[in-house]
Amino acid sequence: MSLDLGFWALQGLNALQLSMLLFLLSIGLTVIFGLMHFVNLAHGSLYALGAYFAATLAGFGGYWAGFFLAPVAVAGVGVLLYSGLIRRMRKSGPMAQVLVTFGLIFAMLDLTRLFWGDLALAIEVPEVLGGRVALLGIEYPTYRLFIIALGLAIFAALAFVLGRTQIGAMIRAGVDNDAMAACLGINVERLFFIVFCVGCALAGLAGAVAAPLLSVTPDMGLQILIPTLIVIVIGGLGSLKGAIAGSLIFGFVQTFGAVLAPQLASVLIYALLAAVLVVKPVGLFPAKG
Amino acid sequence: MKRAILAALGLATGLAVPASAEDIKVGLMLPYSGVYAALGNDIEAGFNLGLEHFGAETGATFEIIKEDTEVKPPVALGKAKKLILQDEVDVMAGIVSSGVLAAVRDMVHGAGVPLIVANAGNDEATGEQCSPFITRMSFSNGQVNRPMGKWMYDQGIRKVFTLAPDYAAGRQMIDAFAATFTAAGGEIVGQEFTPFQKTQDFGPYLAQAKASGAEAVFVFYAGGEAISFVKQYDSFGLKAELPLYGSGFLTSSLYVEAEGPAAEGVITALHYVPTLDNAANVAFSEAFKAKTGRVPSEYAVQGYDTARALIEATKTGAADRASLANALRAVSFEGPRGKLAIDPATNNVVQPIYVYETVAGEAGLTQKVLGALPAEADPVNGCEMPAITN
Repeated sequence: MSLDLGFWALQGLNALQLSMLLFLLSIGLTVIFGLMHFVNLAHGSLYALGAYFAATLAGFGGYWAGFFLAPVAVAGVGVLLYSGLIRRMRKSGPMAQVLVTFGLIFAMLDLTRLFWGDLALAIEVPEVLGGRVALLGIEYPTYRLFIIALGLAIFAALAFVLGRTQIGAMIRAGVDNDAMAACLGINVERLFFIVFCVGCALAGLAGAVAAPLLSVTPDMGLQILIPTLIVIVIGGLGSLKGAIAGSLIFGFVQTFGAVLAPQLASVLIYALLAAVLVVKPVGLFPAKG
Repeated sequence: MKRAILAALGLATGLAVPASAEDIKVGLMLPYSGVYAALGNDIEAGFNLGLEHFGAETGATFEIIKEDTEVKPPVALGKAKKLILQDEVDVMAGIVSSGVLAAVRDMVHGAGVPLIVANAGNDEATGEQCSPFITRMSFSNGQVNRPMGKWMYDQGIRKVFTLAPDYAAGRQMIDAFAATFTAAGGEIVGQEFTPFQKTQDFGPYLAQAKASGAEAVFVFYAGGEAISFVKQYDSFGLKAELPLYGSGFLTSSLYVEAEGPAAEGVITALHYVPTLDNAANVAFSEAFKAKTGRVPSEYAVQGYDTARALIEATKTGAADRASLANALRAVSFEGPRGKLAIDPATNNVVQPIYVYETVAGEAGLTQKVLGALPAEADPVNGCEMPAITN
């Protein structure tokens, strides 16, 4: 095997691409948890829903219709979930929340099957993003570069909102100490609602973006859930820094693990997870110090 | 829902009905939920079409009892017990997952209920774990891929990189191909098994295949993984320099449309191709299209031939569990897949394997048959078949 520089550059881009996809998913989940202390296991189902909405909308208005409208539609589902279920579950303790959202996974799985059938759907990559770009002496699919750019853009936008704006300060205050934040006049409940919807929209966006790369199947939400949970546990709950660090670690370990130690590829990330839990049980960059 | 009764099939036949028409209870075990639901539905559609087409040839009538295996071995075992002990079925059919087949094998074998396997391809089921009561009308993992080794060598390909999901079927499919390819004189220059249903990104493996110096890539993937794989393979632009070959499930007509143009030019081998040019297949595929609006997949034809095998068995007068099991082992007919027969040494179907290329057609993707490789019985693989006694 001629393992030249191009080969490693290619694998580096692959790792980055996987990381960014996971980042889009985990950031919503981790901030919802950090702020609301609410474990939403159905987050993966929202991702699947995003892919299905995107596939349907792409049938009418092309790829970009799906790309822009699917997150909105998933946020709409988030509103329904929040007002119908999650607000009531806020006070009922983590065990009940985990059970309810776990049940939700299967309910949503069968709902997608009822609406869209069992057969896999597909979205074609739009013409602008089709083909490949020559870069660092290698050819890399444009669409994958698009995913990397999108992930970085979302990261920059979130870092700006959370770090530099008033609403970001309110969210950080809520994550830090919600009772105190409420005493200072912040409507924490409304903040929860907004964060929850944005988290859902990002999950929907991840689904819409992943759809042309993967296949749109009812169980895609289940398959992505475990990697997402690993990302937020390694990164630390509730923080943007944790989500991006966890995603990058997962992406690189998974990709280079598959290259350097293929027999261990599926074990490696779990071993790392265990190691992080032993050394730093709260994760690498938890929101609360 | 659970009980769909397909009686009255004998009524239409007037003349052919013998005086002692038998009513045969059939337990149909398929996944109607879970990851293989699409396969279960396709097999059932084919099965029903088979009963419709050939039901008039036998005096027997069939009562079908459907059960959902949910692709969960413990659930399926419970359902099998219910069918055998409570419903007292005469014969069972279906089973998509090899894991489910392994779970119900001892129950079926011990109770002496004939089972017609309509998909599950695990080599052991008609090898070490074979049973005179279990007849397979679908395929075995090795059978589908074995002929491809020599065929690819004959096309002038000498160095191949292989990829498959890391589970029993993936390994059996690749091993069968690798054995015949190396025996012919070819070389496997690299081999990777990807974590089963945990691999979102095939990029790392594709870069390895590219760097391996192979002339072609041979893979087995099915369902969602097949769609992701084919699309990602194409997105890296590998198809031109490194042609993609594989087991025919990779570009099954069930989901090839979801792969889109990425699947064009992929060459694979399978026991059924929807565009096979024979009278039985034309009749079958047109009737199937009229019913479902879809091109029949290999799963549909397996269901169709399972029904046909059942009917052929009852034509010999068999009506109870033991006689049906014996009759099923002797079934042979000419169907959409060509000439089928059961190998008495293993109870696996013996059938031709077709090499086909996925090409752009007038209405979406279609299959161009490149060659029919002669039917070969599987090696016995440690199967010792005891005789059936009452």
